[in-house]
Amino acid sequence: MSHHEVRAAELDIRDVSCTVGEREVLSRVSLTVAPGEMVGVVGPNGAGKSTLLRTAYRQLRPSRGRVLLDGTDVFRMSRRSLARRLAALPQEFPAEFELTAHDVAAMGRVPHQRGIGGDRLGDERITTVSLEMVEMAESAHRPFDRLSGGEKQRVLIARALAQEPGVLVLDEPTNHLDMRHQFDVLTLVRRLNVTTLAALHDLNLAARFCDRICVLAAGEVVALGTPVEVLTEPLLSEVYGVHTEIGTHPRTGAPTVLFGN
Amino acid sequence: MSGGGVRSSASTAPAKTSPPQEPGPPAPERVSPRGRRIPYPAVLALLGGALAVAVVVSLAVGSVSLPPTDVAAVLVHQVFPGWVDPGWPATYDTIVLDVRLPRVLLAGIVGAGLSAVGTALQALVRNPLADPYLLGISSGASLGAVAVLVSGAMVLGTLATPMVAAFAGSMVTLVAVYALASSGGRMTTTRLVLAGVAVSYVLSALADLLLSTAADPHLLTSIRFWTLGSVAGAEWRTLPVPATVVLIGLAVLLWQARWLNLLVAGEESAGTLGLDVHRFRTGMFVLVSLMTGVMVAVSGSIGFVGLMVPHAVRMLVGADHRRVLPTAALLGATFLILADLAARTVAAPQEIQLGVLTALCGGPFFVWLLRRQARRERALR
Repeated sequence: MSHHEVRAAELDIRDVSCTVGEREVLSRVSLTVAPGEMVGVVGPNGAGKSTLLRTAYRQLRPSRGRVLLDGTDVFRMSRRSLARRLAALPQEFPAEFELTAHDVAAMGRVPHQRGIGGDRLGDERITTVSLEMVEMAESAHRPFDRLSGGEKQRVLIARALAQEPGVLVLDEPTNHLDMRHQFDVLTLVRRLNVTTLAALHDLNLAARFCDRICVLAAGEVVALGTPVEVLTEPLLSEVYGVHTEIGTHPRTGAPTVLFGN
Repeated sequence: MSGGGVRSSASTAPAKTSPPQEPGPPAPERVSPRGRRIPYPAVLALLGGALAVAVVVSLAVGSVSLPPTDVAAVLVHQVFPGWVDPGWPATYDTIVLDVRLPRVLLAGIVGAGLSAVGTALQALVRNPLADPYLLGISSGASLGAVAVLVSGAMVLGTLATPMVAAFAGSMVTLVAVYALASSGGRMTTTRLVLAGVAVSYVLSALADLLLSTAADPHLLTSIRFWTLGSVAGAEWRTLPVPATVVLIGLAVLLWQARWLNLLVAGEESAGTLGLDVHRFRTGMFVLVSLMTGVMVAVSGSIGFVGLMVPHAVRMLVGADHRRVLPTAALLGATFLILADLAARTVAAPQEIQLGVLTALCGGPFFVWLLRRQARRERALR
């Protein structure tokens, strides 16, 4: 399945703090994502999930601490060389410019290209394979802005795949998707065996798909561990202020979160 | 993918007919058959042919009408002496080469330049409604040029001073409009266009104020004519600077086309794909201002070309800037040459300002675009 001869990399967030204006939005967050592991970042709105992700994909410089990709500080790499090893999906859609799904996916090849002129054959092949992996190859020439939400998200994932990254950073990849597409997108990501750091809102999805879950609240890590270790009634009550009942999925064994009363 | 029904949209053959819609949100508009585009080389060849025809016709038509075949022969003879036998009256050489050609060339250069600038601006502000005229950049350039023309402060000579002043004016305006439109949150279409129009009004008023202080009525008339947009003043000596700036500008834009593509994906995404967005945009703003400034200094504010041409071109060749830019340059040159032909023949012997003509076509086009965009934004909600 994999055109990924690329090895999954290690993402090491070390003691990262971030200040925006006067406010410290992240304080001393440490989190290591092992090669091939998927870690979900959960937490209430404003907890600093996006901020943490932005430091990881080098769009926000931490005020202290470092983010290391296979041991190298991401801010010491050029943007382009980082883009060849780490792909990110910010919560952002391309502007309406007559782009086709193929155009969007092909953007993932840009960090690998030099000079002017057309794409090389290899670029075209990788773009096509990436679209095939998200099952959008047959829609390659449809206009991007007329795709459904789920299809758009899959095309954006194809763009990330075309970068041939060792690490994926996803900011709410299931936002605005219906249940089936949420499930499909995460299944796909999981199947890639790429190191993944993903901000997620839905705790049940996080429990079902992530190896470990990192709970952020007010910019601090309040829990980090396997879904079973982390998703407990006292913790959720403390972090979200909501009473919950934690069950166990009858077949997968993953914890399930239900509202209490 | 494991979720059974996902294939519903993708399983049909690459269809010529409209592809079936995925269940769920209904498509707001019909799916146009964009799979059947004309091949890119054919588009270039067709537009190149159209440009050649436009040049020849434009040179043939005027107060004295010349046979187009002779006009073509004069041109060919200039470029490849010995290919044709000069069997035409000697006056044809003067009319074609000395009188009409500079004007046609300037129209072509400005048409190509404005279209390229419009294309780049739309990507830079991520908004398909951008245009050097609508964003007020042309007005800023005009104000700069008017200021030095009226004050007579030609410190760098009569040719270079207005250009430098116009460049400064356009640069300051672009930065101001961009800052106004993006301050305090996301830059929306409405904010961008309103900021552009507001700044444009203020700058035009300032230019008028300056003009009202001008003593020389003759100078006043000529400046008024020029600010409305015209290539009537073209001479051979005014051509080299705009030609060089537009050609080099086009080359740089083409060289940076991949990054322009990325910017359309969004600022944050472009950053994660390897682009230093801030530095890139700054450099592009300087380039776009330089091109606009120089063009306005020689031809005034000619609006809407930079809005209409990129749209037409994207429908023809898609969104990739490596294709859009050369195609837009060709189409823009052809369009403005023909528009100038109309400007000097429709009401002959009177001339209509070129800027007035392009606004007459561009205004309705702009309204159509606005409505289309509003429809799509509603459909997304």
